[in-house]
Amino acid sequence: MRSSLIRGAATAAGFALLLAGCTSAAPAPSATSAAPSDQKVSLTVATFNEFGYDDLYAEYMKDHPNVTIVPKKAATSNEARENYFSKLAAGSGLSDIEAIEVDWMPDVMQTADKLMDLSGDDVAGRWLDWKTKAATTTDGKLVAFGTDIGPEAVCYRSDLFKKAGLPTDREEVAKALGTTWEDYFNLGKQFVAKSGGVAWFDSADAIMQGQINQLPNAFSSSDTEEVLIPLGENQPVKDMYTSILKASVDDKLSANLQQWQPDWVNAFQKGKFATMLCPGWMLGVIEGNAKGVEGWDIANTFPGGGGNWGGSYLTVPAQGANQAAARELAAWLTAPEQQIKAFKAKGTFPSQVEALSSPDLLGVKNAFFNDAPTGQILADRAKAVTVVPFKGPQYFAVRQVVSDAINRVDVTKKQSATDSWAQAIKEFEALG
Amino acid sequence: MTWRQRLGRWDVKSAPYLYIAPFFILFALVGMFPLLYTGWVALNKWSLITGNQGFIGFGNFQYVLAQPRFWDAVVNTFSIFLLSSVPQMILAIGIASVLDANLRAKTFWRMGVLVPYVVAPVAVSLVFGQLFADESGVINAVLTNIGLDPIGWHSDRLWSHVAIATMVNFRWTGYNTLIFLAAMQAIPRDVIEAAIVDGASRWQTFLNVTVPMLRPTIIFVVITSTIGGLQIFDEPRMYDNFGLGGPDREWMTVTMYLYELGWNSQRNLGRSAAVAWLLFLIIVAFALINYAITRRISSGDVRPMRKALVK
Repeated sequence: MRSSLIRGAATAAGFALLLAGCTSAAPAPSATSAAPSDQKVSLTVATFNEFGYDDLYAEYMKDHPNVTIVPKKAATSNEARENYFSKLAAGSGLSDIEAIEVDWMPDVMQTADKLMDLSGDDVAGRWLDWKTKAATTTDGKLVAFGTDIGPEAVCYRSDLFKKAGLPTDREEVAKALGTTWEDYFNLGKQFVAKSGGVAWFDSADAIMQGQINQLPNAFSSSDTEEVLIPLGENQPVKDMYTSILKASVDDKLSANLQQWQPDWVNAFQKGKFATMLCPGWMLGVIEGNAKGVEGWDIANTFPGGGGNWGGSYLTVPAQGANQAAARELAAWLTAPEQQIKAFKAKGTFPSQVEALSSPDLLGVKNAFFNDAPTGQILADRAKAVTVVPFKGPQYFAVRQVVSDAINRVDVTKKQSATDSWAQAIKEFEALG
Repeated sequence: MTWRQRLGRWDVKSAPYLYIAPFFILFALVGMFPLLYTGWVALNKWSLITGNQGFIGFGNFQYVLAQPRFWDAVVNTFSIFLLSSVPQMILAIGIASVLDANLRAKTFWRMGVLVPYVVAPVAVSLVFGQLFADESGVINAVLTNIGLDPIGWHSDRLWSHVAIATMVNFRWTGYNTLIFLAAMQAIPRDVIEAAIVDGASRWQTFLNVTVPMLRPTIIFVVITSTIGGLQIFDEPRMYDNFGLGGPDREWMTVTMYLYELGWNSQRNLGRSAAVAWLLFLIIVAFALINYAITRRISSGDVRPMRKALVK
């Protein structure tokens, strides 16, 4: 848990699904060819955190008596990540199916030749376009099957809204929040004017995370290969940085916290902020941190259009001996029916188009969030996502530079926005 | 010479080397080889993901030495090292001398000082994380209640070092106490009794008899804690949940910088290996300084006492 939290703020945490495969002997068959159904085969499936697959394995083995599934579960996604890339580079030792997190994608794409091409007619159109696109190489190879996603909505404290004279009903709130980031900040200014010290949002860097994920290409000038834009010349990012820090510092909208830190966790109990950008998996985090606090609700809107934060995939490494059988299992696990079962078991929000209209999913309500129809809201939010941000190998390094720059102003308050940006440009140049 | 004699002579000559060989073979495998291989990696452009990208000579070293972050990390490391080792040493000797006295339930107290050492570092950092939280932490709550300004544990560079040094001291003081205690018990009682008969107070005895006789042990503890202190990683890494050392790398140590370059932002093992070698050289330099000081001290009044002990 902790290690995934380390990367949490800058990148995406969320629920991850990992499947490690067992070994398969045959050369990579074409994606659509099915494995012989009578041959005995043992498949290892490596996951981390909670993918919600435990019951599904038994179900699959019952229908496929020749298949034995050996699950492996890493405690944290970081542990899984180190294991994944070191064994991928070594060329042996990986499971037949390996789960990966969306954060790893820049590195996964660099090593696409070591993964099986999973594309095929049977899975065409199964996922939301942006989910598939993020796992497709420029030459059309599908390297991973989507599992869950983190569509973002806005969570808010209706009791604090009421005190500040804002609407409290989730549909009215969605309307009041407007459609742009400027609308979101403007409502925030109204709120803090009457809130008596309660901030509008938790962390400036979290807002940056929300905004930067809406840029198709935040740091690179090409979206097929990474050509870094010098940070000093990156006007869109600079504009975001400036406007967010203006809202945070000058307009006092920020609670000046850093996500996942003890102060941030404790702030839920103390009610230090009224809204938060929340991907589906964040609902559980809020519920845990704000135990006993009443008033949390969720609005079916997201400033600046849709946004996704986090989510996972399954890959089939080309080093495996039973790739055809592994692909069949991975395809089955990521089918809408199975993913809905995983959602019910562990709350991993499905990325499959069909699952998003399933009554099982749409009917889900969350008691902690004032009985909000979270299934419906998150499904709407998932459909609102239009942009697939391009993330090259250096994406997270540059993102970290920007994140540090914001936190120096918003959290530690040691620098002015201008000085901090100047330092960020130097740090960017040092990445070289 | 008969075969038997020859064998016997060979045995006498070579047996000692054979006896120590396992250590050196093991050292060559797990110490020397990684060290040299790291040196080779440092001379190449080497990515964590894609592997060796070609020889670049000392380019990685040039890069690292030109980074202000590297020098920040060196300063942080020494700052945390001094803030932890110095008080730790004084405390450990003090506690050891108390434990050396005739206490009831001796074993209980002696085991007690070791408890913090047994607690997992992760648990320690969780507890201290709550103590040192900037807004909601226990220490700042106490400070504000008595009318003082809260301390920016995660925003002020020096205070973050103090907080981390506290965690280190919590963990290691007991361990060093036991080493000092063992050394104190090896001091012949008659020396101390003689001092008491001569009319020395407890404090004088401690200062003029016990501490000088502890010198070899103090030197040993200084050397080991120097090596440990310069490689410090766990505590600063777990001081916040991101493990990078703060937005301005206020508490990033050399080993954390090594980790950040190699595994975190740049995935550049070559640069990371260069940092590892630089750290190695720093530690070697320190070991040499230690050695020089040690020789000077041991050529002083310690040697006759050692001889007395051997007798």
